[in-house]
Parts: sequence; C-alpha cells; structure tokens
Amino acid sequence: MSRFDWLTDYRARLEAERVVAHESDATRLEPARCLELDTRDWGTAARVAATFGCRWAGLWGDAVNEQIVVRAVLVYQGDYLVLLTSVPLGHPVLASHTPYFPAADHMERHLQDLLGIALLDHPDNRRWTRHQAWAKDDFPLRPDFPLSGRSCRRTPADSDYTFERVAGSGVYEIPVGPVHAGIIEPGHFRFQAVGEEVLRLEARLGYVHKGIEKLAVGRDPAGLARLAGRVSGDSTVAHTWAACMAMERAAGVDVPPRALAIRAILAERERIANHLGDIGGICNDVGFSFAHMQFSRLRENWQRDSQAAFGHRLLMDCIVPGGVFSDLSSQCKNRLRPQHEALATELKSLLPMMDDYPSLEDRLVTTGCLSVEDASQLGVTGYVGKASGQDYDVRRDQSYAPYDRFDIPSPCLAEGDVAARLQIRAQEIGHSLELLDKLMAPLPEGPVVAAWPETIANAEGLGLVDGWRGEILSYVRFDENGAVARFFPREPSWFYWPAMERLIHGNIVPDFPVCNKSVNGSYSGHDL
Amino acid sequence: MLKLFKKILTTGNLTEEAPRDSELDTLGQQVKRAIDKRMRGSLAIRQVDAGSCNGCELEIHALNNPYYDIERFGVHFVASPRHADALLVTGPVSRHMETALRRTWRATPSPKYVIAAGSCACDGGEFGISYASCGAVENVIPVDVKIPGCPPSPEALLKGILAALSER
Repeated sequence: MSRFDWLTDYRARLEAERVVAHESDATRLEPARCLELDTRDWGTAARVAATFGCRWAGLWGDAVNEQIVVRAVLVYQGDYLVLLTSVPLGHPVLASHTPYFPAADHMERHLQDLLGIALLDHPDNRRWTRHQAWAKDDFPLRPDFPLSGRSCRRTPADSDYTFERVAGSGVYEIPVGPVHAGIIEPGHFRFQAVGEEVLRLEARLGYVHKGIEKLAVGRDPAGLARLAGRVSGDSTVAHTWAACMAMERAAGVDVPPRALAIRAILAERERIANHLGDIGGICNDVGFSFAHMQFSRLRENWQRDSQAAFGHRLLMDCIVPGGVFSDLSSQCKNRLRPQHEALATELKSLLPMMDDYPSLEDRLVTTGCLSVEDASQLGVTGYVGKASGQDYDVRRDQSYAPYDRFDIPSPCLAEGDVAARLQIRAQEIGHSLELLDKLMAPLPEGPVVAAWPETIANAEGLGLVDGWRGEILSYVRFDENGAVARFFPREPSWFYWPAMERLIHGNIVPDFPVCNKSVNGSYSGHDL
Repeated sequence: MLKLFKKILTTGNLTEEAPRDSELDTLGQQVKRAIDKRMRGSLAIRQVDAGSCNGCELEIHALNNPYYDIERFGVHFVASPRHADALLVTGPVSRHMETALRRTWRATPSPKYVIAAGSCACDGGEFGISYASCGAVENVIPVDVKIPGCPPSPEALLKGILAALSER
C-alpha cells in the first residue's frame, strides 16, 4: 500500500457529486496534499469524506487580503489531506462540516468567533471561544482588529450563555466552575442529573483564551517556538516540536540527526512524566493514596532527572527552530540509562499490585466508558482513542524522524473505560522507556542545531507530532518579510472534551473527577 | 495486600529532613515558624488558575508530593476561597477569567495574602496585555508577593509563601 493510493477513489466520488477539486502545489504542505475546492462544494466534500471513512482532524482560517482562506484536514490511513477554499471577507459564509463530522463542532464555532465566518447548517450556532471580552461583530483574527483589543473596560462574567436543559421530574442542575475545587485549570461544567446519575454534561470552555493565534502574528521563529511551548504547559515539548517542524518544513531546514534524537528523548520523557502523574491522580481520585504517593514520587524523581540532564523540570524551551537548545553530554547520557532501568523496575513491582487490588478494579472498570463508535466519530487520538479502539499513533502511521528508524508498539483496547485508559498509559510508559534506550544506542554524532535561512518569505508548513495526548497538528505561514503571519496549533484536547461529555453519561456525579483525570484534556491548549 | 505493605515498608520515609542543613529543610522550618507565629499553625491556600498554560499547576502539585510534603509545614490547599488565608494565582489573567478572579478574591476573608506565581502572573510573561489578556495579576487584584519563574520550582514557590508571611 503506498501513500495516498485512496485519493483517486475519493476524487472520483467527488466528481460523481459534480464537485470540482484541483490539487494545488503538491509539495507545499508536505507530507500533506491539498485539494482546492469551490466554496459551494465545501459541505459536499465533507459529506463524501465522512462516507469514505476519513477522520476529521482540524480547521483554521487565514485572512489574506480581502479573502479568508479556510483549511480543513482529513486523515485516512495515516495520510493527511488538506481541503482548501476561500470566502470573501465581505460575505464570509461557508457550509458546516459538523453535520457529517461531530468532531468539527467546537472548532467551527471557534472559527466563527475569531474570524466571523458564518457556518450554514451548523446544528449549534452558539458562540464558543468568545465570552464577553470582545463584541459580537468584532473578530480578533481579522487584520483590522488591534492586538490590544477595542475596549479596556473590565470584562464582565459570561452569564448569558444558554445551556441545554433536561426536563423531567427530579432532574436538577449542577453548575461547576470556572474556579474548581482543586489545583486545576478553569472551565465550566453544567451537569443535568437525577439522583446521582448524570443525564447530561455540557462543558463550557474558553476561560483561558489568551489570544495565542493573534500573539503569534509578527513573531520570528524563535519567538514562535517559545509561544508554542506555552500553548499547554504539560505538552511543552510536543507543541514546540510541532511548531518547529512546521517552520522547518516551510523554510526547508534539515534538522541534524542528533538534534532529532534528542527531541524524541525529550518527547518521550514528557510522555512518561505526564502518565506517571496522571496514573497517580486517577488513583487519588478513588481514594487509593498508596499509588498516588508512589507515582508522585516517581514523577518527582523523573522531573529532577530532567532538570539535571536538560536544565528544566518540564523541559520547556529545550527545542528551538533548527534543532535543540543544548547538547546532551555523554556524562548526562550515561546517567540517564540507569534511571530508565530504575523506573522500569519500580513499575514492574507497582503495576501488578494495582492489578491485584480489588477496590481499584471496582472503581475503575466500566467507569466512564467511551464507546468505539463515539471515539471514531469524534476522531479521538492518543490514550483516550487507543483505549476505545482507535489504533492510531502519528509516530507509526505518519512516521517522522527519528521514529521512522524504530518499530513503534501502539497498545489498543476496546473497553474504553477508566481502567483501559490507565492500562494504555502504563503500557505507553514501558514502550517509551524502551524507545529512550534505543534512541541513545547510539545517539547520532554531529551538531544539534541547523543554520536558519535568512529569508523564508511566503512559505508555509505543517507540523505533525505525536504528543503524550495524541496527534498534534501545527500550521505556520510566514509573510513576505519572513515573520509569522498565521499559527494554528491543534491540540488533541479539541476532541477530548466532546468525548468527556459522552463518556460521563450514565455515571454518577462523584465519579466525574476520576473520569476527568483519566482523560485529562488540556483547557489552555483548547482555549488558545 | 501483603505486597503492598512490603512496598510501603521498602520505600520508607522519603520526606527530606536529614541532613539538617538541607536547603529545603531550612526553608520549610522557616515557613513553619512563620505560620506558627502569624497564622496559629495553619495556612490555607486557594489556588486560582487565571489563565495559565498549566505549567505552574504541575509544580504547585509537586509541593504535595512526598519529597516536599508541604502540609508538614502547616500549608494546605483548600477548595473554597471562603476557607482560605491566601490566594495563589497563576497565569496572565485572561479577560475571560477577570471577573471570576475578582469574585474569588472578594470571597476570601480579610486579612488575606495574594501571591502571584509564575512569570505570567508577575508581569504577563509570554502573553502580556492584549484583547484576551489583562497581563499581570496585579492589574486585576492587589498582589502581596510575586514568584517569578516559568514555571517556578517547588522550592521557589515555598520561598514565595515565606516571603508573603514575612511581608506584613
């Protein structure tokens, strides 16, 4: 099977629907290919893609001159197809993809709030990212909107957003957040419950919208890498890597092999650190403090080792455009190997204990089930997808250096409950530990950063990285002066939140924390 | 179950106290003395993420792990601002969190400390002031102490808490 051998078939089906699609410059967004569509065919193309079995993976607009160029990403068999169309700024109307891909819901409403594109036939036309910080007819991502905004008045609470209600006797509503009872990011959850059972959960996010897409405009590559590292602090390595990959592809920069290996070491370390923390967190949420303490101990050790080897406990700013910030000395490298072994030994004794523990099983098995159908419909990747039958891993299915040198084992289960997500995470730690050793045996020699070209006018690139939460997609376009004109980092959490709303259905309200922890969607990466 | 107890016994007590001159221990004892003296032995903190990237939250979480075990110095995190002596605020304050932060501050009984944790909370950091961000925490509520760092380490956070207690 070769890459994109399905595309002819998809295009034939489009033609059968009288859709004219031009393939634009094939190398422009490599490894993705682009299909340019007429605006009126935008909805049809999605309908055909849905019946074809594509996964919907992202959407963003880009205001250029008097047009808004809109791109949507479809994935099939690990191939990325970018659909592209443009709408006039004076009359920005486009068909919605949501009727065919429920995954598109929030991102389309984000596009509507930030660029003012009206989406026809969208089943839910409420605002999403916009609260009260800017007016309904203002669109922050349009060029005429100043970065500073148009008002310096206090921003009132967003109190007139309407939530769906469930009617019936004994049904009551629980509003939670944005300030939660814990050390956690802000968001609002509206439960409709009867007794203890959750009938419906609606998440209302956007509280940590910091204007990242607007802030990126005009930055140089180093500045964008720093910003990308703060899209979601727990995924700093993955987001920086994805943004740098996009910039490097745009600029035609070849990253030295040693730098690529170090990037992968950083990314796997990040995956392990987060899984360790979350496994402990899941156990804590069902009152199993033994495992919570053990795993927070392992996480702390791991972070201290990161500090010693790479100079940062969370590995922020270790990846820079063209390579990595600092080399890994052979001394540090030699210290890392026994640390991997020590963690593997610890897990070998801890994980079977958790398997043996009936109370844990009682609380985690069948709790917060995300069905295989829901996961597939919502296009969920990462451990949430893998626990619900979605066997996808960017490192394997759209492989990139240095992962293309290795077999990437990707665990997959069909149960979809909290226990399955925990099991996937545990297995991923094991696989990442093995990968870490392979990456260092031997670590390629040579420089750790490539020279950056002086001008990279009007180029664009797409970064695709497997972060610890799953597929991260990052789009960067440079303007005629080589400054960033558009940046869109697509966090896997865009699909985690709708999955959360579905998997909580029928569970009891007190199990929300453990369900939420097992998914652990990023608020910041989603709100941008 | 036996395996579990064995693991607990073999892991032992990790809490860092010896050697006596360790930096964390000295710092912790100073915090404890200050809390004993000024707060009758207990400092209740309500953490508020007002727009952070979640990096600071990870390090605040670390304060509760067995290495730092901040509760032994008398510091504990509470769920409600009404139970809090201090607010530990992270992030540039996003405009969408502006009112929520102000309300949380009003719900906290006086006298109260406000500690801004992390570079963004101190000066807006990478995000600054924009249509979506109010920048530093002090642009929204009065701040007593700032802890720089992206994110600040658990030690730095502990030093910041000590600084807040020594402030007045």
